[in-house]
Amino acid sequence: MNTQSKIIVIIASLILVLSFFFPIWYIDLEAPQYPEGIGLEIWLNKITGQKPHDLENINGLNHYIGMKEIVPEAIPELKIMPFIIIFLIVFGLISGISGKRSLVYIWIVLFFVIAAVGLYDFYMWEYDYGHNLNPLAAIKIPGMAYQPPLIGSKMLLNFNAISMPHIGMWFMVLAVVLAVVALIIDKNSRKENG
Amino acid sequence: MNRRYLRALMIGVSVVAAFVIMHYGCQESKNLSAGDEAERVYVAPGTYDDFYLFTSGGFSGHIGVYGLPSGRLFRVIPVFSQDPEKSWGYSEESKPMFMTSYGFIPWDDAHHPKLSQTEGIADGRWIFINANNTPRVARIDLTTFKTAEVIEIPNSGGNHGSPFLTENTEYVVASTRFSVPIPNKDVAINSYKENFKGTISFIKVDKEGAMDIAFQILVPGFNYDLAHAGKGPSHGWAFFTSYNTEQANTLLEVNASQNDKDFIAAINWKKAEEYIAQGKAKTFNSIYYRNYFDEKKHMGFSEQKTGVKILIPEECPGLIYYLPTPKSPHGVDVDPTGEYIAASGKLAAVIPVHSFSKMLKAIENEDFETTIDGIPVLKYESVIAGEVQNPGLGPLHTEFDGNGYGYTSAFISSEIVKWKIGTWEVVDRIPAYYSIGHLCIPGGDTRKPWGKYVIALNKITKDRYLPTGPELTQSAQLIDISGDKMKLLLDFPTIGEPHYAQAIPADILMKNSVKIYPIEENEHPYGIKAEKDARVVREGNVVQVYMSTIRTHFAPDNIEGIKVGDVVYFHVTNLEQDWDIPHGFAIKGLQNSELLVMPGATESIVWTPQKEGIYPFYCTDFCSALHQEMSGYVRVSSRGSNVAITYGTGK
Repeated sequence: MNTQSKIIVIIASLILVLSFFFPIWYIDLEAPQYPEGIGLEIWLNKITGQKPHDLENINGLNHYIGMKEIVPEAIPELKIMPFIIIFLIVFGLISGISGKRSLVYIWIVLFFVIAAVGLYDFYMWEYDYGHNLNPLAAIKIPGMAYQPPLIGSKMLLNFNAISMPHIGMWFMVLAVVLAVVALIIDKNSRKENG
Repeated sequence: MNRRYLRALMIGVSVVAAFVIMHYGCQESKNLSAGDEAERVYVAPGTYDDFYLFTSGGFSGHIGVYGLPSGRLFRVIPVFSQDPEKSWGYSEESKPMFMTSYGFIPWDDAHHPKLSQTEGIADGRWIFINANNTPRVARIDLTTFKTAEVIEIPNSGGNHGSPFLTENTEYVVASTRFSVPIPNKDVAINSYKENFKGTISFIKVDKEGAMDIAFQILVPGFNYDLAHAGKGPSHGWAFFTSYNTEQANTLLEVNASQNDKDFIAAINWKKAEEYIAQGKAKTFNSIYYRNYFDEKKHMGFSEQKTGVKILIPEECPGLIYYLPTPKSPHGVDVDPTGEYIAASGKLAAVIPVHSFSKMLKAIENEDFETTIDGIPVLKYESVIAGEVQNPGLGPLHTEFDGNGYGYTSAFISSEIVKWKIGTWEVVDRIPAYYSIGHLCIPGGDTRKPWGKYVIALNKITKDRYLPTGPELTQSAQLIDISGDKMKLLLDFPTIGEPHYAQAIPADILMKNSVKIYPIEENEHPYGIKAEKDARVVREGNVVQVYMSTIRTHFAPDNIEGIKVGDVVYFHVTNLEQDWDIPHGFAIKGLQNSELLVMPGATESIVWTPQKEGIYPFYCTDFCSALHQEMSGYVRVSSRGSNVAITYGTGK
């Protein structure tokens, strides 16, 4: 690859570092009783409330429908995900420094595979929380499940749940886009030179 | 028909018509004509008022919190009076706030709310208010809207003239309404002139708000009525009205109204500080209480203090001067520039306005009329800046709009009179319904009035609202002062009797309003941080119940092993950390109030069951969809029973 493309791939890898500092996903819960808003933020390594106490208040509300408590410490993915991203950063840096187009291709493919697995895993967690309910719950509505949407919005009783990527995820998307751009620039420069 | 008869008939009809026209035509309309007034006071659902208004609750002992311009009541802050709704004065934590050197005092008469100031501008940290009857001053925290501290004022016969603040809340000043022997002793009432004295108190306020009596000044035995501290150039001085300079001890309405002039006492408190530093004060062995509420422990504490520094004017030249002021002055109000001191002689035909700079000059020139107990009396002509002529009957109080006008309430003629500073001419007047006492302009007694409205705080209501038997609602009126002519916008009912009031722009306070108490910061000795710590512990015949609440259950909710004769303390911690989710607690037969526990707080109530049986308890605040399920049982066994303590939830 030409120098310009190498630099872009290196920048793309470094941009991934930023995804550690921002949530990658959010779930907003809108209800009449919560004009101030309530919701969750999913980070690479933790799940937090949007405001202090949001997580415990959501757990408090969820006990009425018999949903399991969300205990971030008990979710193994939150321990693994940081290492996967570190791996992607290192792989990206090696690809950039070596300048091998094949490595960049592999990087991009890896990216998509990890994203797909990640989203599937997220969906399964949501499915589990939404369907695996305590039979002694105070509020039981036959046929009703409380699985939040993977992406988009859905009414769950009095709550409108909105699930969307957050800043951290957009940094990841930006990294992939930059990697693709680097390949295109490199290809074009070869044509001009060749 | 006879023409003479016809003429007589016509004259008769005209006379009747004239009377009818005179009767109805001359009656001023007391009702609002339809204009844009409704729009001016309408605060649409879900939107906010522009100002907070704090009104004194008078004999209710509370403070009312309203929004302006809507006049909507948001909250009643219990201060000096017990309030079973909020367990104020009933919970173990709040009882110490009622302690005085006279014991537990469950009630008082609260007159003058006053917002804390920085550089002469209301800053919204605290609001102070006086207890008139058993002399005290309270400080209310405006992040929680809760009473944070109450200090007793020793050597005071009645704390009417307080709490007025110096420009940076260095001191709360207070004067005694009634003179009494100091120290108090058993003497003949008619030995008044010989034995009775007044005091003026300076209460130091530290950075955190903690109060203590810094010093008192022993003054001649008059009745000291109201006060205001100087500001700007007059910062360092405070002014106090007095009446009954006749020193009558009976039938004051006649005997205290004889002198042509009474006095405003002008006190140089910077000078007082110097005298204190020089050790000129005498220490009296006075006993008083300071009660404060610890926000982390969620608990009030009471401490008895002994010893007050007293300054005697005769020994401290330059400390105090008397400004002669006509006819039993009531309010004394300093304009935003700090130069003019308006006094309202309740029975005077004019409003005298003194000049601070003339006062300083008169002191320099020793323009003294006489001296009373070492206090020089300045000559009226040497200190007067001007007199507002024809100000209405019974002028009481003046507030300022910051645009060069004073607004004085006139009780007897039931009106507000607007006059111009400097020319002293009356430029406008508006009736009040009825018999206005104090009045309030947002920031109207500070260096920076926000203006816009004047609120009339009325003493008589009569026909203004739907009648409710002999006891009618109290009433305030909102009047627009943004134009040349004052304009009545709204009547609204108030709690207790509104004496003084204070208003402040909403944005100064609302951003600091606390939503919850963080549970991790809860240091209550009987508080618990989690449901797993809920327990019941017997200590002889005392039973401590460490109870938690969270939607939608108590822990524990089944308790056995309580016996007749036990003293049971329910320490209820609300584990919620969500906005506006208090939980209540009440148990059948509780000879005490309910508890209403805010998120993250702990409160305790004592229960002494008298008979064996099963006692249900429940949450009194509709907290959630399953609020009705939030309940439990206590089993009470006979005195000698051997039922062991057991407890739990969901077992």
